[in-house]
Amino acid sequence: MTDTPLAPARRFAAFLPGPRRAAMRRPRSRAVSRFLRHRLAVAGFAVILLMVLACALGPLLIPYDQLHIDLRARFAGPFAGPHVFGTDQLGRDLLVRLLMAGRISLTIGFAAMALSTLAGTTVGLVAGYRGGIVGAALMRLVDAVLCFPSVFLLLALAAFISPNVVTITLIIAATGWMEVARVVEGQIRALKTRDFALAAELMGASARYVMVNELLRNAVGPIIVAATLTVARAILAEAYVSFLGYGIQAPVASWGNMLNNAQQYLGSAPWLAIFPGLMITLAVGGFNFVGDGLRDALDARVEL
Amino acid sequence: MASFLAGRMAQSLVLLVLVSIIGFAVLHLAPGGPMAQFALVPGMSQAQLAAMSHAMGLDQPLPVQYWQWFGRLLAGDWGRSYRDSVPVLAVIAARLPATLELMVAAVALAVVTGVAVGILGAVRRHSVFDALSTAGAMAALSIPTFWFGLVTIYVFSVKLGWLPSGNRSTPGDASPWGYVHHLIAPACVLALVEVAVWSRYMRSAMLDVIDQDFVRTARAKGLTERRVILHHVVRNALLPMITLAGLELPTLLGGALVTETVFTWPGMGRLFLDSLGYRDYPVVMGILMVSALLVLLGSLLADLLGAVADPRIRLG
Repeated sequence: MTDTPLAPARRFAAFLPGPRRAAMRRPRSRAVSRFLRHRLAVAGFAVILLMVLACALGPLLIPYDQLHIDLRARFAGPFAGPHVFGTDQLGRDLLVRLLMAGRISLTIGFAAMALSTLAGTTVGLVAGYRGGIVGAALMRLVDAVLCFPSVFLLLALAAFISPNVVTITLIIAATGWMEVARVVEGQIRALKTRDFALAAELMGASARYVMVNELLRNAVGPIIVAATLTVARAILAEAYVSFLGYGIQAPVASWGNMLNNAQQYLGSAPWLAIFPGLMITLAVGGFNFVGDGLRDALDARVEL
Repeated sequence: MASFLAGRMAQSLVLLVLVSIIGFAVLHLAPGGPMAQFALVPGMSQAQLAAMSHAMGLDQPLPVQYWQWFGRLLAGDWGRSYRDSVPVLAVIAARLPATLELMVAAVALAVVTGVAVGILGAVRRHSVFDALSTAGAMAALSIPTFWFGLVTIYVFSVKLGWLPSGNRSTPGDASPWGYVHHLIAPACVLALVEVAVWSRYMRSAMLDVIDQDFVRTARAKGLTERRVILHHVVRNALLPMITLAGLELPTLLGGALVTETVFTWPGMGRLFLDSLGYRDYPVVMGILMVSALLVLLGSLLADLLGAVADPRIRLG
């Protein structure tokens, strides 16, 4: 985060007398305190941090490999014996599989977010700034893609490719950029008529400079919020596609395909279904709560 | 009103064309194109493939193909299923009622629950109930539908044995109660996300209205608080909900696909997955188009209803 929507006010603040200047100068610390007041957002952030750390370091500390098959230890229950979260139908340690799956799910979540935010921001920026026929055409394209329920589009695309982390990331990004584009387009359209943007144009700044340095910088807040929610969406999308069998393929674990596998042992080994679902819910919930908190923190108009 | 209608219809037509282009592109993205399936048939020679290609017009330039395909689409000829050569529209029509039944049940459940939760949350703003329902809605939005479905099956079918774990009815049992019994679990699972969405929207719609002058006037007239809320606030807060119903259609259709899979519900979502498995592209494409059409029609209808219900929109 390099800037907030308050940036023009902050530049202006240098010309204000003493106390008001002090009050306006630190929007960032005000944003932080607003964010902290949003306890659920903090909890969500803690969950994400913990999950990233656990997935990055956990597998190194557990003495089992995610693919190590131990038929003597099949269907070991959780919280008893050496396998903390129990084992699956092949005696593989569930905890280490959950964490390795987390690496994949989180990687796809972040990577798809980066791609779709980039694509959505570009489309939204051009559509919002240019307006006219170009803008209308781009936004109608956004509307048209949004007409398809995203799960249908995602599956239709996934069925045509050989699924791996890169291709799954690409198709999730391809079906997830529209929301960002809408947010950015709305922001840019509103910002481009503001005095600071007009001033930059009158100064003779190039369209590119105005778009990137004046307009985009001031739309960073809403973009960050949309991007955070996009991570949640992408993790969920990966889980859906993998659960339905068109995503990450066994033996590589992802939360979605672990749940697919758990379906047939629902009666005898429910923990195989419960833990991966909890991980998805925690990760998605974490990003949703953080996104919600960021929206309140970065939007100066929302009073807490 | 007439110009609003015309503008909105024109917009939908443009979207329809764009949607069809996307659908066409997806079909032609298939590795090897739409003919790939036939290349796998044993004994199929190159000459035969070429003849079939020619017969189906696949050797023409893409824009020409698109134009012909779009014409057939409008005329109701959506091709035949690769699996059993039944016309695509007939295949889909056979499955659509089950999906609609599930969706209608879930929407009814979600609207009633969501609106009630939203009203209570707005009336008792910042209360414990409000905080819990806000956090609960966010949590509900984070739960993957298929996992919630699995947990529901585990608890209510495997452990308690109260509800059937799948299908639309028990073979041989045609009583209405049998159908309702099978519908309860999938409808509740599909409704969960929608309850969350509706309660949030209803709460904020209520808060938009609750501080307005006419509400104060109603209170000043000496009306009971109950009457003020139900007759003045809720009535006006419900107006934007009509438009929302249209916006929620894509989510609902996507949720239906997943719910149908978990509960082996014989609807369009399961048909879509089965067709994907068989690489039955005409049916896949058909379902993509039908769902996009439903979404387009739904949002058009919701906008029109919203304009009819709210006289302020009519001028816009």
